[in-house]
Amino acid sequence: MSQQNNNLKEELIRISGVNPKKCMRCGKCSATCPAYEEMEYHPHEFVVMVENGNIEPLLNTESLYRCLTCFACVERCPRGVEPAKLVEAVRLVATRRQGANHMKADDVPAKLDEDLPQQAIVSAFRKYTK
Amino acid sequence: MQRIGVFVCWCGSNIAGTVDVQAVSDALKNEPGVVFSTNYQYMCSQAGQNMIKDAIKEYRLTGIVVCSCSPRMHEATFRKTAQAAGLNPYMVEIANIREQCSWVHKDIPTGTEKAIILGKAAVAKVNLNAPLTPGESPVTKRALVIGGGIAGIQTALDIADAGFPVDIVETKPTIGGKMAQLDKTFPTLDCAACILTPKMVDVAQNDKIRIFSYSEVQEVKGFVGNFDVKIKKKARYVNEDICTGCGACTEKCPQKNVPNEFNLGMDNRRAIYIPFAQAVPKVATIDPNACNMLKNGKCGVCAKVCAAGAIDYKQQDQIIEEKYGAIVVATGFNPISMEKFDEFAYSQSKDVITSLEFERLTNAAGPTAGKLLRPSDLEHPHTIVFVQCVGSRCAACAEKGKEYCSKICCMYTAKHAMLVRDKYPDTEVYVFYIDVRTPGKNFDEFYRRAVEEYGVHYIKGMVGKVTPEGKKLKVQGSDLIMDEQVHIDADLVVLAAAIEPDKSARPLATMLTASMDTNDFFTEAHPKLRPVESPTAGVFLSGACQGPKDIPETVSQAGAAASKVIGLLAKDKLTGNPCIASPNELMCNGCSSCERVCPYGAITYVDKEFRMPDRTTAIRRVAQVNPAVCQGCGACTVACPSGAMDLRGFASAQIIAEVDAICK
Ligand SMILES: Cc1cc2nc3c(=O)[nH]c(=O)nc-3n(C[C@H](O)[C@H](O)[C@H](O)COP(=O)(O)OP(=O)(O)OC[C@H]3O[C@@H](n4cnc5c(N)ncnc54)[C@H](O)[C@@H]3O)c2cc1C
Ligand code: SF4
Ligand code: SF4
Ligand code: SF4
Ligand code: SF4
Repeated sequence: MSQQNNNLKEELIRISGVNPKKCMRCGKCSATCPAYEEMEYHPHEFVVMVENGNIEPLLNTESLYRCLTCFACVERCPRGVEPAKLVEAVRLVATRRQGANHMKADDVPAKLDEDLPQQAIVSAFRKYTK
Repeated sequence: MQRIGVFVCWCGSNIAGTVDVQAVSDALKNEPGVVFSTNYQYMCSQAGQNMIKDAIKEYRLTGIVVCSCSPRMHEATFRKTAQAAGLNPYMVEIANIREQCSWVHKDIPTGTEKAIILGKAAVAKVNLNAPLTPGESPVTKRALVIGGGIAGIQTALDIADAGFPVDIVETKPTIGGKMAQLDKTFPTLDCAACILTPKMVDVAQNDKIRIFSYSEVQEVKGFVGNFDVKIKKKARYVNEDICTGCGACTEKCPQKNVPNEFNLGMDNRRAIYIPFAQAVPKVATIDPNACNMLKNGKCGVCAKVCAAGAIDYKQQDQIIEEKYGAIVVATGFNPISMEKFDEFAYSQSKDVITSLEFERLTNAAGPTAGKLLRPSDLEHPHTIVFVQCVGSRCAACAEKGKEYCSKICCMYTAKHAMLVRDKYPDTEVYVFYIDVRTPGKNFDEFYRRAVEEYGVHYIKGMVGKVTPEGKKLKVQGSDLIMDEQVHIDADLVVLAAAIEPDKSARPLATMLTASMDTNDFFTEAHPKLRPVESPTAGVFLSGACQGPKDIPETVSQAGAAASKVIGLLAKDKLTGNPCIASPNELMCNGCSSCERVCPYGAITYVDKEFRMPDRTTAIRRVAQVNPAVCQGCGACTVACPSGAMDLRGFASAQIIAEVDAICK
């Protein structure tokens, strides 16, 4: 693993708080994921690829914006790996690389309606601004 | 003043390589009480032991110090040597200059310095040692087996075969355990009942074995060789001695809708029931929660139809008190609850079942008479999905699953899949697996047969979601090898549920002062070398109560536990450990601190008369230690606020003398 990849890996682990080594490769996260068909890389692959330091492909995949942040994978993972948090961390790094061009806080209120879940608001900041 | 001999061992070069043994024996020569000091290549050899014996006689030694390996290795050896030369074995002290000196230090000066210090400490202790004599206790030549599954059955048969009486206590109305509920058994596919029921009959017919069915252990007192046990025989409202097991009552009882636990609630039984045709003992039991007569005095049908006159609505729980020399725990396991696994829709659909339920569905004596029909509409399933590792290997949530591998599910799932394909070739069978674990004789071959000969589809991945939709169960899973999400419309989903110890195991362990791991499996005295003994003397382990096990492993462990019990019961007397707690009655104020900390219940109190300095007498409450129960753990000596409690052979004064010698 190159030094650069290693630094990136450490950064993702730090941001997400996820320990990819806990993964036992059962695939239950990908079995549960409702966005599976739309994703090039699936939740278990995020975990394995981060562990292997194979991160560039993840930073450049559309999958980052297909994940619904529904947390089904987090809920179901038998080892408590929390793959969605890793997806989120990769998304964050990708956004930062693009000069943090995300939606401004000021733009959000206009888009809110009463039924919007809190979680969706938070994800909105990071996802739909590409 | 003692006359002490010091013997420094080289252990070949093990000690002598890093410790200057000559310097050690020279230095210790000048310690108080030492009259003789030497060193030798192998102290434990015949020649070394003779050297010790000769010195004891020649120098009229009253105590010896052997500077050698760990006391765990050779303390017993040197005690025997001393005894052979007429010295009390408890006048021997070992200074461990191998594990604690030569093996952990690299240079000779440090190793030597520490060896001298440890030798001085041992000499200081021997100066305060007193001869000790172990007590003896008799052995009750009868064994108790708790749990009547295949483990308990095999253990009881083997003990009885050696000529000792055995009692089996079983909570259910019949012995047999989980094996009685199974259909066929891997890896040979023989029918479970065909190999189990002859053993159950052997138990019933063996005049050395008594079965207390529908009974529980209520209290255990005493110690190895001498346990006093109270057994509660629950009222079954049927006189066991008279009931012929004809079953007339179970056909006439009007209470028809009681969930049948033997078939895991998949059909009903009556309020009066015999769990299954080959039950042992084959007698009826009335379920007091369902019987009209017992609930509101209206009915009495069974008493009328019983030709033997065995029904007794007034029967009471009975307490049986018995003495045992050894106790074997064989309380087995149960599948965990599937309630918390919403993703598999277990609680929503009758057609999502556990593997144990599947066993009943394929069993000729089961709710469908052995025809594989799905529970919801009794239709023949054409697509079945098996899910392995449900709740096993789960580290995410202790409420939901277990961190360990349940060990038996890969094999029984292969068995189920194979049997389905064998009987119903028109049924497609899918197995989702994380790993297929088959470490056993003929196990991997068995699994490969399921795939290669029977065409079972094994999918490397997990099921994430099961959704009931119309008559189908929509199964969504992952196929990690194809990197696909797969969707299967199934008719039946079978969950290989994790297994856990019986819920009654924990309170039982407390009663027995036997230890358990965090998962409530009983722990063995040594994971490799003493796998069937619990750390509590006289308590042995058999079967799945110690860890997940299949039948071959259970039966081997059951036999091993039996042979340990036989070894114990064959003795007429047990020699105790003399290094036990003893109170100084003059200092004890009867505060009960020691009783509260003693993990073995060895301490009681008596009122005793004491002569006071002014020649009057006073009655005081003082502690007493039962020498047969005390294990010499020393907890009480620390708890005692008055310093009245001491361990023989490890008295506070002796320990302090050692510390002083080290710190000098
Ligand atoms: C679905 C399934 C399929 C299986 N298939 C196979 C197979 O094909 N081949 C194979 O080798 N193994 C198989 N097994 C494993 C097999 O069932 C076990 O190895 C075996 O039953 C263990 O026996 P045991 O006596 O230790 O425990 P159990 O069978 O659980 O027996 C324990 C007994 O103790 C009683 N008990 C519990 N607590 C108390 C108490 N406090 N006081 C008194 N009595 C108590 C219980 O009522 C029970 O009768 C299968 C298991 C399952 C779940
Ligand atoms: S959080 Fe994202 S990756 Fe996880 S299951 Fe939901 S959509 Fe899939
Ligand atoms: S569910 Fe958890 S353990 Fe299983 S593959 Fe996904 S991240 Fe790994
Ligand atoms: S008395 Fe109770 S057990 Fe007997 S037949 Fe009536 S309901 Fe059934
Ligand atoms: S703790 Fe000490 S003083 Fe108290 S009862 Fe026990 S021996 Fe006596």
